[in-house]
Amino acid sequence: MRLTQGAFSFLPDLTDTQIAAQIEYCLRKQWAVAIEFTDDPHPRNTYWSMWGHPMFDLADAAGAMQALRECREAQPGHYIRINAFDSTPGWESVRLSFIVGRPAVEPGFRLVRREGPGRTLHYTLESYAVGRQPEGERYAT
Amino acid sequence: MGANEHVAIDAKKRYQAGVLKYAQMGYWDPDYEVKDTDVLAVFRITPQEGVDPIEAAAAVAGESSTATWTVVWTDRLTACDKYRAKAYRIDPVPGQAGQYFCQVAYDLDLFEEGSIANLTASIIGNVFSFKPLLACRLEDMRLPVAYVKTFRGPPTGIVVERERLDKFGRPLLGATMKPKLGLSGKNYGRVVYEALTGGLDFTKDDENINSQNFMHWRDRFLYCMEGVNQAAAQTGEIKGHYLNITAGTMEEMVKRAEFARDLGSCIVMVDLIVGWTAIQSISHWCRENDMILHMHRAGHGTYTRQKNHGVSFRVIAKWLRLAGVDHLHAGTAVGKLEGDPMTVQGFYNVCRDTVTRQDLPRGLFFDQDWAGIKRVMPVASGGIHAGQMHQLLDLFGDEVVLQFGGGTIGHPMGIQAGAQANRVALEAMVLARNEGRDIVNEGPDILKAAAEHCRPLRAALDTWGEVTFDYTSTDTSDFVATPTAA
Repeated sequence: MRLTQGAFSFLPDLTDTQIAAQIEYCLRKQWAVAIEFTDDPHPRNTYWSMWGHPMFDLADAAGAMQALRECREAQPGHYIRINAFDSTPGWESVRLSFIVGRPAVEPGFRLVRREGPGRTLHYTLESYAVGRQPEGERYAT
Repeated sequence: MGANEHVAIDAKKRYQAGVLKYAQMGYWDPDYEVKDTDVLAVFRITPQEGVDPIEAAAAVAGESSTATWTVVWTDRLTACDKYRAKAYRIDPVPGQAGQYFCQVAYDLDLFEEGSIANLTASIIGNVFSFKPLLACRLEDMRLPVAYVKTFRGPPTGIVVERERLDKFGRPLLGATMKPKLGLSGKNYGRVVYEALTGGLDFTKDDENINSQNFMHWRDRFLYCMEGVNQAAAQTGEIKGHYLNITAGTMEEMVKRAEFARDLGSCIVMVDLIVGWTAIQSISHWCRENDMILHMHRAGHGTYTRQKNHGVSFRVIAKWLRLAGVDHLHAGTAVGKLEGDPMTVQGFYNVCRDTVTRQDLPRGLFFDQDWAGIKRVMPVASGGIHAGQMHQLLDLFGDEVVLQFGGGTIGHPMGIQAGAQANRVALEAMVLARNEGRDIVNEGPDILKAAAEHCRPLRAALDTWGEVTFDYTSTDTSDFVATPTAA
């Protein structure tokens, strides 16, 4: 499967030039750019690991791209995403999030159904990769 | 306009039994100084032949506040001047002979806190049937902060909805299931599953899907949730289906909402025709149950579409934001349903702004401070397709649900392919816009380039690329020379 979280997962993987252009867009909007990574991409895993703090005072995309290269090197076989935070009153949340790195093979999720009364079903998603291996060893690198 | 006959008269004469002009009874006051706490309304009135527009405006103020057709001495037992609405301004409608915009101020004490039922009973309860008026339309309202704060507003709002769904930086995608009537629960859930797995974020029940013989509501809920969860497993994304809980009684509606919650649905929907009290009740229920509330504006065209009579949708949108809905169908401008682009953008501003500014070409007569109340996510639905993606993104930006029903399910390669085409078109357009490209002019080229790596998008463009709904809108701006075209 292909995990389709993030704003651009239906497009071919973004090149570094394309990623830098999106970061420039965020900076024009005065959003802070952050890099996060995980090997547990469950859709309700809200808190991926932060690769440093959000970068609040970037002049251009070069610094963020350097940080992204370091993250990729240190965390091979992980999902990596870029988040952009908007501190404008009434938003104060993520305004753009897109995946910029993913494992070569994505085994996906198993849907577990627990039957209840009146034909009801209780659904749970389980990541095959997470179930198989401990943290840090889930995707072949 | 014959100023003499509008002069207020002394109290003794004022309360002699008999009939006085509304203007003389105190409902017309051109010198009135609007208070920050006043509720303001602007009506478009068309007086009957021979009726003085100022007297007509005063009658509107009178009939929507304290007046009856004759003098009553019991007024004098009250601080009656406070309770009288005041028409304070009247302007001819540009280019429309015989029509006037009249502005009316209402004291805050005229309204019960936190009740749209009370507000509407006052403002539109009586006056629209008034004989001296040929026609009457409520165009806009200014709701003072003190009044806005008596409402809880949307239970979720755009920001929290996106955080729950984990989807940021692009419009959301949806589709209404078709055919809207006749599918069994099992077949219906199939369409849900296909569309969500293909790439949509949401699927949707239509307004008239309730619990008919061909598909009882429990069946629908069970099969739809199977489709939703199966799609989530195959994509790793959070998915949802707007389960329509509209029912014959409030008790039944809550029962259906509780079943949706127990099955793990993140969203339910109701139709506008359930009424203001039911909307506020279910909104409170949604707030207590972490549920997103989708509002389908079924029936609104009966009173919002014609310009000379009824209630503008921008007013309905304001009332719904206070009453508390998270999603609201607000028009597409380019699709099959009524909607002048600038007028529709005005509705979107009402849904999404923290402060809505006066913008006459978009039909917004007043500044409106929303006092921190959450934003409503507008929904564009009805006859739109992937080939219009650049226009839709340019008109409405990121904070919108774009719903392609026929444009997903009618795809020549199947439902999943239809959903994929829409998602690829959307992501390619957002990417290009963020890169600084001029999507309005380069849009068709951007779509063509994206179609090179997506055969379903190519097929969608070949099938619908040229489809437009080029009809003249009825609800157009009064303040631009020519109606805007999409």
